[in-house]
Amino acid sequence: MIGPMGPALILTPLVAGLLAFWLRADGPRRGLLVLTALAHTALTINAWRVWSETDVGSSALVVPVGAWVAIDATGLLFLTTISALFLGCAIYGVGYLGREKNHMHIDYQEHLFFSNEPEAVFTGCMLLFLSSMTLVCTAQHFGLLWVGVEATTLASAPLIYFHRQHRSLEATWKYLLICSVGIALALLGNFLLAVAASKHEGVISSLFTPDLIQHATQLHAPWLKAAFLFFLVGYGTKMGLAPMHTWLPDAHSESPSVVSALLSGALLNCAFLGILRAHQVCVAAGAVEFSQELLRGFGLLSMAIAAVFILGQVDFKRMLAYSSVEHMGILALGVGLGGAGAFGAGLHAINHSLTKACLFLVAGNILAAYETKAVKDISGVRRLLPLSGILWIGGFLSITGSPPFGTFLSEFTILKAALDGDHTYVAVAYLSVLALIFIGMAAIVLPMVQGEPQAGLSKNRPREALWSTMPPAVLCLLVLAVGAYLPPTMNAVLHEVAVTLGGN
Amino acid sequence: MHLIDLTLVLIMLANLALLGSSRLAACIQLSAAQGILLSLLPLAAGEHGSKAGILLLAFTVFVLKGLVFPALLARTLRMAHVRHEVVPIIGYAASLTTGVVILCLSFWFASRLTLPHPAASPLVLPWALATTLIGLFLIVSRKTALMQVIGYLVLENGIYIFGITLAQDEPFLVEMGILLDVFVAVFIMGIAIFHISREFDHIEVDQLTSLKD
Repeated sequence: MIGPMGPALILTPLVAGLLAFWLRADGPRRGLLVLTALAHTALTINAWRVWSETDVGSSALVVPVGAWVAIDATGLLFLTTISALFLGCAIYGVGYLGREKNHMHIDYQEHLFFSNEPEAVFTGCMLLFLSSMTLVCTAQHFGLLWVGVEATTLASAPLIYFHRQHRSLEATWKYLLICSVGIALALLGNFLLAVAASKHEGVISSLFTPDLIQHATQLHAPWLKAAFLFFLVGYGTKMGLAPMHTWLPDAHSESPSVVSALLSGALLNCAFLGILRAHQVCVAAGAVEFSQELLRGFGLLSMAIAAVFILGQVDFKRMLAYSSVEHMGILALGVGLGGAGAFGAGLHAINHSLTKACLFLVAGNILAAYETKAVKDISGVRRLLPLSGILWIGGFLSITGSPPFGTFLSEFTILKAALDGDHTYVAVAYLSVLALIFIGMAAIVLPMVQGEPQAGLSKNRPREALWSTMPPAVLCLLVLAVGAYLPPTMNAVLHEVAVTLGGN
Repeated sequence: MHLIDLTLVLIMLANLALLGSSRLAACIQLSAAQGILLSLLPLAAGEHGSKAGILLLAFTVFVLKGLVFPALLARTLRMAHVRHEVVPIIGYAASLTTGVVILCLSFWFASRLTLPHPAASPLVLPWALATTLIGLFLIVSRKTALMQVIGYLVLENGIYIFGITLAQDEPFLVEMGILLDVFVAVFIMGIAIFHISREFDHIEVDQLTSLKD
């Protein structure tokens, strides 16, 4: 599917982002943020309308060879989560920026003074971030995809350094350096893929994704495998797969919660998309067993390492960050299992994004009220912040895969794929790690919600603001809705994605 | 000796000199020299594509890697009032030895790979590998943040050697996009280093240790 929609999706936030740097007044700039988010969502809904009106598999939906930017099934899936999350975060962000307006702040942890980044830079970078993520989702050329992924790193680094103090600076530096090196390795993957695609006469075919998939059987298998390895390690660094995840907990815990929500819910998926594109080529080329085995290995390792760090975690934002590592592991494992696992992974990507964004936004509310990230100093969220307390529990149940949330459905599908595919040991490991993480997170989340708030906190607190509770509440309800009913169009798109990933 | 071989040998000499230098200013100049040498590669290796495209690409690489990046790094070094040494974790002699070991390993590894079609020079594959690995080594073995950025540039140069000589058909638009991204990366890292120097009074990254589990 091509036409002006892809470029419009990328250019709207790009132009708005550049405009935001020059707008002096706060009001119009915040309006611009929400308006752009609304426009982006409208365009995405329009793309879904086109999909629902056309039969899946018909030629109208096939991406033409030579198109740089187009929306295919996989891109549409990830684009939707980005669009929905960004709208929620934009609304939350406007309220957040309003609260952060005063010029000097006191660090919660070390009681030092610090100032914030100029609001124009923050808003501008948010919009550029949206533009670059959209580019990643719609790019149909491996080179363009790489340009997009690196652009997401650069646009989001200033967002992490919104609070100008030394811990967020440290997180930003690690993020910039580790991800840039990782993505540079993915560039090497691009070139290896180009070598794999080169023909004997010295004429080299293109790196357009549809073209590569079409002629995949003619690729040189050893070079294709090497390319996949570099894509997995390179984009895997950005996605937060263990053992390349070391930047992730720092960046997610030190950035403002609204940014953490986008990093975890939207950005990690974008990096995953880079791996998926390479996997799609491997599937078409018949090297699927090689790529699946690697994905399973990295997936299980990520889950296990996340479990180790979640158990006994003392900082609730770091707990959420490690939970992201866990869920990226589940996604990689799902795709690596093939069969129904690919469908489950697609569905789980949506569920995880919605849930994690909800949890990070609620974490922001808790952090603002209690002024600490230490779990042991927090109790009585239910009393102090009634709605946030409910959402914190709801989000916890969802992220650990409890019914009736959508995450239960997707995690169960992946388990079923493991059993169907005779990966009994994988299934056992998967279930035990999930159980461990459930226990670890319950031990952190439940004491925070129960009990009485510390004296001094409960007095004279204004009611929770609507901007701070509505976006996470809607996200949480969406996960519930996915668990209860999967619309036929979405089902069709997910199946289309699963087929290209070697599943059914 | 062909022009491409000569260029590649000089690039490797720049790598080894980077491993042995102790002054940041000298390292910035070496990275500039390497950038300029790199801009000769499309001219020396280019057999396919339009002449104008190759010339434009070579010119852009020359301007960015040879002039703009070093200028940005030098400006950062001036603005951040800090010590001007590299501060290695691994000493200079040991670093040089590591560089030579990396070079030998790259030769051995490249000899086991068979290219689908012959490269412009037999040195390309081992050289690209070695430059990439030396870049990685510079990142992990130097404490100064600025030196890590130079390491990142060397790593990028290694990948670029690979790309320009083996995957020449990368569309011009993508090539420009990659260069733009690297440019912005160096720019933002420069700003981050400036903030680090203000916040910590130095740019040695081993002090960045407050975040851990």
